[in-house]
Amino acid sequence: MSILAIRAEGVGKRYAIGAPRAPYGSLRETVTQALTAPFRRRARGRSVPESDTLWALQDVAFDVRPGEVVGVIGRNGAGKSTLLKILARITEPTTGQVVLSGRVGSLLEIGTGFHSELTGRENVFLNGAILGMRRVEIQRKFDEIVAFAEIERFLDTPVKHYSTGMYLRLAFAVAAHLEPEILLVDEVLAVGDAAFQRKCLGKMGDVARTGRTILFVSHNMGAVTSICEKGIVLEAGRVVFSGPAIEAATVYLNQFSGAAEPRVAERRDRTGSGEVRLTDFGIQSAKGERLEAIRNGEAVRLVFEYETRDGQSARNVEFQIVVRTEAGDLLFQFGSRFLGRRLDRIPGAGSLVCEIRRFPLVPGRYRLDAFVVADGVPSDFILWVAPLTVVDGDFYGSGYRVFERESRFLIDGDVGCEARAGDGGDGRS
Amino acid sequence: MTSRVAEAAGPSLVVVRPSRGWTGVSLRDLWAYRELLYFLAWRDIKVRYKQTMLGVAWAVIQPVFAMVVFTVFFGRLGGLPSDGMPYPLFTLCALLPWQLFAHALTESSTSVVGNQNLITKVYFPRLVIPLATVLASLVDFLIACAVFVVLAAYYGVAPGPTIWSLPLFVLLALGLATGVGAWLSALNVRYRDVRHAIPFLVQVWFLATPIAYPATLVPEPWRAWYGLNPMAGVVEGFRRALLGTSGGSSGLLVASAAVTVIILLSGLAYFRRTERTFADTI
Repeated sequence: MSILAIRAEGVGKRYAIGAPRAPYGSLRETVTQALTAPFRRRARGRSVPESDTLWALQDVAFDVRPGEVVGVIGRNGAGKSTLLKILARITEPTTGQVVLSGRVGSLLEIGTGFHSELTGRENVFLNGAILGMRRVEIQRKFDEIVAFAEIERFLDTPVKHYSTGMYLRLAFAVAAHLEPEILLVDEVLAVGDAAFQRKCLGKMGDVARTGRTILFVSHNMGAVTSICEKGIVLEAGRVVFSGPAIEAATVYLNQFSGAAEPRVAERRDRTGSGEVRLTDFGIQSAKGERLEAIRNGEAVRLVFEYETRDGQSARNVEFQIVVRTEAGDLLFQFGSRFLGRRLDRIPGAGSLVCEIRRFPLVPGRYRLDAFVVADGVPSDFILWVAPLTVVDGDFYGSGYRVFERESRFLIDGDVGCEARAGDGGDGRS
Repeated sequence: MTSRVAEAAGPSLVVVRPSRGWTGVSLRDLWAYRELLYFLAWRDIKVRYKQTMLGVAWAVIQPVFAMVVFTVFFGRLGGLPSDGMPYPLFTLCALLPWQLFAHALTESSTSVVGNQNLITKVYFPRLVIPLATVLASLVDFLIACAVFVVLAAYYGVAPGPTIWSLPLFVLLALGLATGVGAWLSALNVRYRDVRHAIPFLVQVWFLATPIAYPATLVPEPWRAWYGLNPMAGVVEGFRRALLGTSGGSSGLLVASAAVTVIILLSGLAYFRRTERTFADTI
């Protein structure tokens, strides 16, 4: 047992969700409850009913040997972050236990505790202390940290005057010089420009080679397969795979193949006359190859197989798609109505194809609704026909990975500078 | 924090498992994070007067203005007694521990929620947070003490041999602030009512504490009971130590000390009990 760096056994975490009560109750409620408690029948085990709870993790068990570099992968909501928080002792498991042997450092975010009023120098010490470094340790590595961040000139400037890039570089520099025996890393690398990301990945690789145990949570399969030897795949709170990183990445990507989704033809949750009915859906590349995920910036074809009710051709058909966030917020609609076009006559069976030339959404999970009108009568309307997974396709060709919080859409455009007319300049720059 | 840390076997073995019931304060854990405590207190001090025009002068202005206002309204116009001392000195002496306490209480009660970015991202003994704010309020206290020394010199009042007991009462004020701060900061995570209650609490507590008036205003048979307000004991203790007045009877001081210990221990216990869900409920 002592030869293991991390041993997790039967780890589970339950959260109360969507209960009618607010996330934090009011004091009055609790006080009145406490006061009236003696007069009410004592209901033992009146803990939240099972239906209002969510097991974010269930029965998670794995071992990590010292010096191993393990990637934890899984879709959003699979429980990756919860697992990391338990290992980092930020929150307690509901069941099970984890034994960690060695000094644990966790990087769930870079720049934790940075204070905008303090200078770069001051923040290095504060952030270092928060991450668990000793003062002498920070002093020893101070020059190295500053050199890595490339901010020598701004050391005594409050970080509120820093550019985003400088801020991130400094934050990462402190984090990168943390030297625990076990390092827990969340997707802190997924920010900044490509050069910075490469630098961070390089540093991670260096750390890995020094024989430290690393647990790395990421969506970036490239990083996982290049840094990690082993991979753990989580799905709906359970470990579905644990083994070599490359195989884990394959398992992860296969999760998107939507085997669990019922075929469109069998869907009953639809409305409309059924004159023209959608029967299947698939995503294709411009060349017609089947895709599981959409790379933004690339051409995609959303292909809906359909049949008419009587097998005869249908007239005057309109076709529209709706793309929403997973939470259901409208992002965009597209289809024949906007193009001012109707499909005059379509054959008894075939496919309705929606082509998007440069897919414009940032990486993430989305949902797709589809809507068919035949001869002015709603014919088929299906909410959430399929989920859409969008991955980074370097839309701008700059290597900058745009984050959901920065922008939802990617814009086909350019920036530049033009001299003021009549300034005697030679026009465009 | 929440998990039990067993460091007996081998090189720092950490066991993370669900904890139940009441747990004590792990002094070893706190000691291991003493540098973080220091840095957080240092940050609070550094940041407090950033982007203010008067800066640290506020630490002087606050007690001095309070003293002037009390002297004019309560001392002159109200004619309240001051145990034979010059009224300004009498009330400033009480304001020293009061402002320390009120400041530490106000700051620490919102400290845990205010540092939620740390709570949800990094592990450390959560008690470090309210402790750091209490520690940081010592700076203003020391500055106010300097003001008191100047004023005492002006009135020619020198402290007697009773001054040895001063650290004791400083400790009592800090212990009380820590206890109340632990209670309120933990409650504030679940019930944001606390934020609204604090200004009110501080105001009422101020009136119930012998700052603008001497504790001798309370009739003798009741005076020990008055000590149930632990700040009454602290304030009268300060006066006894610095001015040599005898407003705080021993009964009052003992009652105050006992109540402080109770508040401190129960506050720490409640904090430890609830901190395990901080990251989930904050």
